[in-house]
Amino acid sequence: MITRIFKKSALITCIAAISMFAFTNPAFAVDLTVYTAIEAEDLKRYAETFNKEHPDIKIKWVRDSTGIVTAKLLAEKNNPQADVIWGIAATSLLIMKAEGMFVAYEPKGLENLDPKFYDTDSPPSWVGMDAWVAAICYNTIEAAKYNLSPPKTWWDLTKAMYKGHVIMPNPNSSGTGFLDVSSWLQMFGETGGWAYMDALHENIARYTHSGSKPCKLAAAGEIPVGVSFAFRGAKSKAKGAPIDIIIPREGIGWDMEASAIIAGTDKLDAAKKLMDWSITKTAMEMYNTAYAVVAYKGLAKPVKYFPPETLSRLIDNDFDFAANNRKRILAEWQKRYDSKSDPKN
Amino acid sequence: MSISVETSAIPSAPIIRPKTSKDDRTMIAFMLVIGLYLIIALALPLYAMLSKSFSTYSFDLSNFEFQVDKGEGWSEPITALALNENLNVVKPEELKTSSDGRLGVTAFFPDFNFRSPTKYRLRQIRLDSSFLVGSKRVADTEWHEYESNQFRRIVLRPSSATGLENFRTYFSTPALFRSIENSLFIAVLSTIITVSLAFGFAYALNRSKMRFKGVFRLIAMAPILVPSLLPGIALVYLFGNQGMIKGMLFGESIYGPIGIVIGSVFFTFPHALIIITTALAISDSRLYEAAISLRASRWRTFWTVTIPGARYGLISAAFVVFNLVITDFGLPKVIGGQYNMLAVDIYKQVIGQQNFEMGAVVSVVLLIPALFAFSIDRYVQKRQVAVLTAQSVPFEAKPHKQFDLICLCYCLLVGIFIVGLIGVCQYAALIKFWPYQLSLSLVNYNFDVMDGGGWASYTNSIQLGIYTAIAGTILVFSGAYVVEKTNGFFATRSAFQFLAMMPMAIPGLVLGLAYIFFFNDPANPLNGLYATMGILVICTVTHFYTVSHLTALTALKQMDREFEAVASSLKQPFYRLVSGVTIPVCLPAILDISIYLFVNAMTTVSAVIFLYSPDTALAAIAVLNMDDAGDVAPAAAMGMMIFYTNVVARLIHLLISRKVLRRTQAWRSRESVAD
Repeated sequence: MITRIFKKSALITCIAAISMFAFTNPAFAVDLTVYTAIEAEDLKRYAETFNKEHPDIKIKWVRDSTGIVTAKLLAEKNNPQADVIWGIAATSLLIMKAEGMFVAYEPKGLENLDPKFYDTDSPPSWVGMDAWVAAICYNTIEAAKYNLSPPKTWWDLTKAMYKGHVIMPNPNSSGTGFLDVSSWLQMFGETGGWAYMDALHENIARYTHSGSKPCKLAAAGEIPVGVSFAFRGAKSKAKGAPIDIIIPREGIGWDMEASAIIAGTDKLDAAKKLMDWSITKTAMEMYNTAYAVVAYKGLAKPVKYFPPETLSRLIDNDFDFAANNRKRILAEWQKRYDSKSDPKN
Repeated sequence: MSISVETSAIPSAPIIRPKTSKDDRTMIAFMLVIGLYLIIALALPLYAMLSKSFSTYSFDLSNFEFQVDKGEGWSEPITALALNENLNVVKPEELKTSSDGRLGVTAFFPDFNFRSPTKYRLRQIRLDSSFLVGSKRVADTEWHEYESNQFRRIVLRPSSATGLENFRTYFSTPALFRSIENSLFIAVLSTIITVSLAFGFAYALNRSKMRFKGVFRLIAMAPILVPSLLPGIALVYLFGNQGMIKGMLFGESIYGPIGIVIGSVFFTFPHALIIITTALAISDSRLYEAAISLRASRWRTFWTVTIPGARYGLISAAFVVFNLVITDFGLPKVIGGQYNMLAVDIYKQVIGQQNFEMGAVVSVVLLIPALFAFSIDRYVQKRQVAVLTAQSVPFEAKPHKQFDLICLCYCLLVGIFIVGLIGVCQYAALIKFWPYQLSLSLVNYNFDVMDGGGWASYTNSIQLGIYTAIAGTILVFSGAYVVEKTNGFFATRSAFQFLAMMPMAIPGLVLGLAYIFFFNDPANPLNGLYATMGILVICTVTHFYTVSHLTALTALKQMDREFEAVASSLKQPFYRLVSGVTIPVCLPAILDISIYLFVNAMTTVSAVIFLYSPDTALAAIAVLNMDDAGDVAPAAAMGMMIFYTNVVARLIHLLISRKVLRRTQAWRSRESVAD
């Protein structure tokens, strides 16, 4: 009896295995596993546009927030599951590059891009797509309730009237938070930057774990002023939130979404095709529908709700500085503000 | 043998030593199989995680050699160590770092100027670390030559070793170790509140004749049907700065301890209730009859009969709630504000800073309460005697107008709290844009254009729930049976019990990470499981093993070992006893376990967040992702989809229970014995 069942199940397994083999190998299609932090609503559109030119490459997305995808990629370092990264923060890619996780490759048409949007090494290990920029989300209705006037500069936020009315992301848990801190240190210098944050800390209601949350909270009226990024602000505004997006005069920190090929992929050709395509004019126009700043020189059209001064106020961001000093900056930040942040103190 | 010690508290039945050696062999085989599962799904991944916490990183200055050319030819090679001995620019404590540590090299050359024509050469002597030029990694042992302007962009990378350094760093960082105090405070407070509330509720359900028991039972289980993030979202809508009734907090902020405790009580309430109800469900009516004939007051009976009878369940419930609260990360993340807790620290270390080693250290710190819980549990368990003996008579509550009314009011209050929070979420899901556009709309249910995998994630979650419920129930109940009802093998059973208690203390994030480290290792033969539904099922079953195990154990404990003795004296093999008596008697618990596993598989976030793949995105993760991306209302909407699915599952559970229980539980009621 038992042997009969065993024989039967062995037969079924064989049939299943054969049919699976037959079904998963339709003519010449390549499945490319792509890790990304791109907004979910854009994923389908990106893949469809890509497939118009490359119908033979099927993209399998693994999407999560930047922190989680980065942690996942680093944890999988010794046995990578991803073939390509398309749309993860350059700051994260620098950490992975330092671990030797990428295949350097110069995609076709690189000369069309603004050089600050790709790796300085040649051939580059990663190539940028578009920039996401810091901004202040300012809820006009709630601000009026407290008689606030809109801030014009970063230093305005340290004024006494904003006390308890500002929220920003904790740089120890959010990439956007770190982007802000590193930009202040680069703009105001080491001493000036920390002095600014000391003053700002007095006005902060609380620090959030997510970079988009401060803007979301401002949009929902939980707080008048949220330090976040412009893309999120524009999205909330489009949904009807009574917020203004403010680009402080001193300049704004930024990071970019970038792409790279994971070392160890057995689909190198398909990966290269995706890298090539990711910086074509078509692709860049596609990014431009939501992002005001793209890597392609002279292509960007204004995006609704983005202040026109956005592009001119980008600081000359030193990504190597940010990566090499990250640990020190975060430890210092934690010492100054996190241990103080318990309500009882 | 140990049994005689355990049952010495009451006059013990004559012990008949079972002689069915064939049964013993089968039981051992069982124990081995389930033990093996727990080792693979729990012990080994945890070991991988533990070794991570001991893996340290430091700059090995003796491994880097420099040469300088100031126009007079290359100097003799000199190591960074030798340079530092002269200059003492890098202090010993600065050499300890994390996996992402970077150390600039220009400090070793006090006269360094990036405009000078001086050239530098650098190499590492052994292959065990590397250095970066800008962001480019150099890991060979060749000499490399740099202009001074390039040289300033060079940073050294640490090499790895094993040691206690991470723990030392942890305990010397106030911001980190203060979280221990915070976590303990929140967990203890939430435990006291939840267990008291749940006991009152369970008492009302079991010992009164109040009306609407079925409705209250359903309502009380509701929090288990939603992800733990959801009460956080509801509390923000209620008490946030734009909250509907924020005035009720008298100016206190919901973001912080208050919010965490309220939310924790909400989401742990059903967990406590399941255990306490099981403990109260079977009680010996003879004890109450004795109390009445001794003219003991209700109050006295309560303290001398009811509480001691439910003691074991209360203690188990307390440990379960304590560990659930201390390991949850979703709720403090949404509503904790600045209040640092251990589980959030893990999140901050792993997700924010990609510092896996420190994340592992915090996890190890979090394990301590679990070890503590385990030792107390063992201690209490030794004193536990079977409540339901073969001669027991089930307790049946008698109507008592005043008492029943009090019970009803109490349950009503708890019910309003639970239904209120869930109702707020449903309301939030239907509002177009809170608080500025209050029109109702279904736009938030259009998941396919939002983060998190859309509607496909929803069907995946249902699949995961079904697989987890089936596989998990079989595994857990067999495991509990083996622990409780076998004789001898004391050490093996203790080890098994220890493993079964562990998952409660393992934060989902840690378990998920441990799984990556363990299963994604190319050398692991189980590597093929990675990124499949299989690993999600294993992870979920393991993550929720403890409560299921305790439920099964509590049910099994109430069956006297005499049943086994009788069975063996009648020369019945153990499986006849199991299928004929044990399973039917424990059927309510078994059904509870399977529904518990199903709904938790639907709601779990933290355990699976690192493990899902493109084809296995899950609904609860979609809730987290949507909330994170700022789509709070859609997050609430998906949360409510999970809720309704679980409601349907529970209704099915209820129907099955009714049907099956009528057949198997008739003995519990005296009147129906005649049927």
